[in-house]
Amino acid sequence: MNTYTLYLNSKRCIGCHGCVVHCKANKGLPVGPILCEISHERLKSVRGVPKTEFKFRSCYHCEDPFCVTICPTGAMKKREDGIVYVDAPKCIGCMACAGACPWGIPQHNPETNKAVKCDYCMDRLDAGLQPACVTKCTTHALKLVAMKEI
Amino acid sequence: MKKSVWSMCGMCTVRCPIRVEVEGNTPTWIEGNQHILKGALCAKGSAGPALVADKERPQQPLIRKGGRGAGRWEAVSWEFALDYVADKLTAIIDRHGPEAIMASSRGGPFQDLVKAFTHAMGSPNYTNHDSACGRNVHHASISLFGLGRKGFIYDIKNAKHLVLFGRNILSSLRPAEVNQVMDMLDKGGRLTYVDVRQTLTGIKATNFFQVRPGTDYALALALIHEIIKAEGYDADFVERYTTGFDELAYFVENYSAEWAAKECGIKAKDIHELVGQLIADRPKVVFHPGWMLSRYNDSFYASRALNCLNALMGNIEVEGGLIFAKGAGDCGGKGPRSLTELSPKPTAKRADGVGEVYKQFEKGPGLFHLFYKAMATSKPYPIKGIICVRHDPFACFPDPKAQKEALDNCDLIVSIDTHYSEFGWYADVILPESTYLERDSMIALQKGMKPRLVMRNKAIEAQANTRDLYSIIKGLATRLGLDEYFPHNTMQDLWAWQLEPTGFSLADFEKKGFVEYADKPVLYDRDKLDGKFKTPSGKIEIISQKLGEWGFPSWKPYESPPKPPKGQYRLVFGRSPIHAHSHTINNPLLNELMPQNTLWINTREGGKMGIAEGDLVDVISGDVTSVVIAKLTDFIHPEAVYTVHGFGRQIPLQTRAYHAGMSDQKLMKGQLQNMDPVGGGLNLCETFVAVRKSSKNHQRKREL
Repeated sequence: MNTYTLYLNSKRCIGCHGCVVHCKANKGLPVGPILCEISHERLKSVRGVPKTEFKFRSCYHCEDPFCVTICPTGAMKKREDGIVYVDAPKCIGCMACAGACPWGIPQHNPETNKAVKCDYCMDRLDAGLQPACVTKCTTHALKLVAMKEI
Repeated sequence: MKKSVWSMCGMCTVRCPIRVEVEGNTPTWIEGNQHILKGALCAKGSAGPALVADKERPQQPLIRKGGRGAGRWEAVSWEFALDYVADKLTAIIDRHGPEAIMASSRGGPFQDLVKAFTHAMGSPNYTNHDSACGRNVHHASISLFGLGRKGFIYDIKNAKHLVLFGRNILSSLRPAEVNQVMDMLDKGGRLTYVDVRQTLTGIKATNFFQVRPGTDYALALALIHEIIKAEGYDADFVERYTTGFDELAYFVENYSAEWAAKECGIKAKDIHELVGQLIADRPKVVFHPGWMLSRYNDSFYASRALNCLNALMGNIEVEGGLIFAKGAGDCGGKGPRSLTELSPKPTAKRADGVGEVYKQFEKGPGLFHLFYKAMATSKPYPIKGIICVRHDPFACFPDPKAQKEALDNCDLIVSIDTHYSEFGWYADVILPESTYLERDSMIALQKGMKPRLVMRNKAIEAQANTRDLYSIIKGLATRLGLDEYFPHNTMQDLWAWQLEPTGFSLADFEKKGFVEYADKPVLYDRDKLDGKFKTPSGKIEIISQKLGEWGFPSWKPYESPPKPPKGQYRLVFGRSPIHAHSHTINNPLLNELMPQNTLWINTREGGKMGIAEGDLVDVISGDVTSVVIAKLTDFIHPEAVYTVHGFGRQIPLQTRAYHAGMSDQKLMKGQLQNMDPVGGGLNLCETFVAVRKSSKNHQRKREL
């Protein structure tokens, strides 16, 4: 059972893409890998006002992740709280994970030649903090939500 | 060893308060100050460390070797560079007098240092970028309230209705302000957005008006007309605190909703509906008078009309309205010292003629573009030396080619900047300033409902051979024998001197990174606002005495803007939340998100020209042609084409930004002196450009 999910209040999101850079800066990523994305549909007129809604996407942290199964070195792991993450020292950068993922979520870091992906900033979570994208979201539109079984 | 430093962002001129975590000499984490921004930061803010690490910014002082703009530089030591600049300045002063030197810096809290240096040399010619930004708004505000545009705080969070004319507030991105807008919307507040195109702000709007370019003033006049007709204004407030209401009522008689609907290309019933809402929401309505409103030749009057609507709403000094910005004195305190107190006030007249030839303009920073006239004509006297500090006039004012021609009359051009500016590339000397994470800045007072002292502490030591601005200025001042005006040897000494009258000490900043003069918002008694408006009459002057004295009407009869000739479009520009104009285009992380701009074209117009989304198009004005990718959208007025400002840079050392996208200001041929005669702002949206499908589109997909 996954413990967390990232929720975007699209009413508050202004599409500034701050989250994308907060994430990259926190992980020290070079140009290339992007671990979360903000997207929107083309504008449509709603009662005279052209509108659209923003969507946020990062890793879905699948219940049964293909990326973990396919990883030849056991570098891709799933924690007990559901977080799917890369154990970097074990990663050989073969990127089989990206091929196995239906959404191509794992990204290649050209500087380290290893896979990198959203891990909800688990080092920060473990230190009692929030993920970078949530902490610094320009309009406080992103939230890390703990899921409960009903 | 990890440390945490309170500081101030410098990626754009909003200057958000930040907290920086540092390990060794590397910034590892930057967040918005929790006490003010609750951590919020924009994309630019997080891209700061990428700026520091970028080798494509000047790494040491540079002196030009080849012709101006040729890009041949000699790396020199600081001692050599400062000696060189000081010698040249001395030669100019000896030959032409100190007033032959001008200096420009960014507006905002840190102008003091450059202004003090200019005055210390004996020149009155300090200026900034504002004639391409907020001058119209500023002067309109003064003519009405006797207070500049920063004289009021907009209490958007508590408003019921925010009205924006072309103010793309969510993309211009002042995080504190943006959060106020989102809070207002969360509480059910209404947003009215008026623009020639739909924006990231407009998609959140309750009411959206896509108007014909250049007709903002018409719509504002119609709102005044309809509100007066419906007697929907705050009659008590108007009676008590304004002059000239009857003249206004008479003036707007013909400007009905029906008239404006036709002029602006919108529906009269929508205007009436808006008027109904405004009257219901009054006084908690904020009409934003514009920020960067150097656009049309009646922008001054449009801004004046919007601020007049604020007065009609009676929203002054009420929650959810316009609140007087309070200073230290309003809280019984004293502000910090400024360096300009130490320098003698120059006696020479300003070369831009502001305050003399142009009495309607506030002296303060004057108007930069008028100095080009002085350079070109040597009237009223020659300008032979120019120093621009973190200001790139080529990226900011129209027609860089015309600017270069004027600058060729100068014996010395100096750029002090953290990155290569287009102006710097044409300069004789580049003195590289340390980035905001590597430099201390002077303490500044931020006026507001709770005025506060803010400061920038350097988070890390400089990673290249760059210096902070005080060291650079002090280095020049020492060489010019002006040491007495800059007596402080370290920033710590300077800060202590600045703080002395305030009663605060540096230790007071340790807890939150800033110091507040008041615990609670300071509000004046709304029944005793007499004397708070600094106009000659002490009231809100709907009919301005001073404008009358200077020979300008308080209300200009509306003139319909010309339609572009066939095949041409009005070029308008704006900004994206990802970039701070030209400053950030070459930042690796921001460039990755937005490497180039596009030309927005109305879908139907594009179709007529056979242009499809993604095609390359030529954008032509006089002898300038830019090639850029077309973006087709239904939500831009057919008379306009739009692009994000700041692109089309031509500095080879900025490999990411080099020739990426198009530059709007380079297409503004012959517009350098086209200014609003009353507001002083440049008319930056008065250029028509021809657009055609480019011959650079690939005909053949495969190499032969």
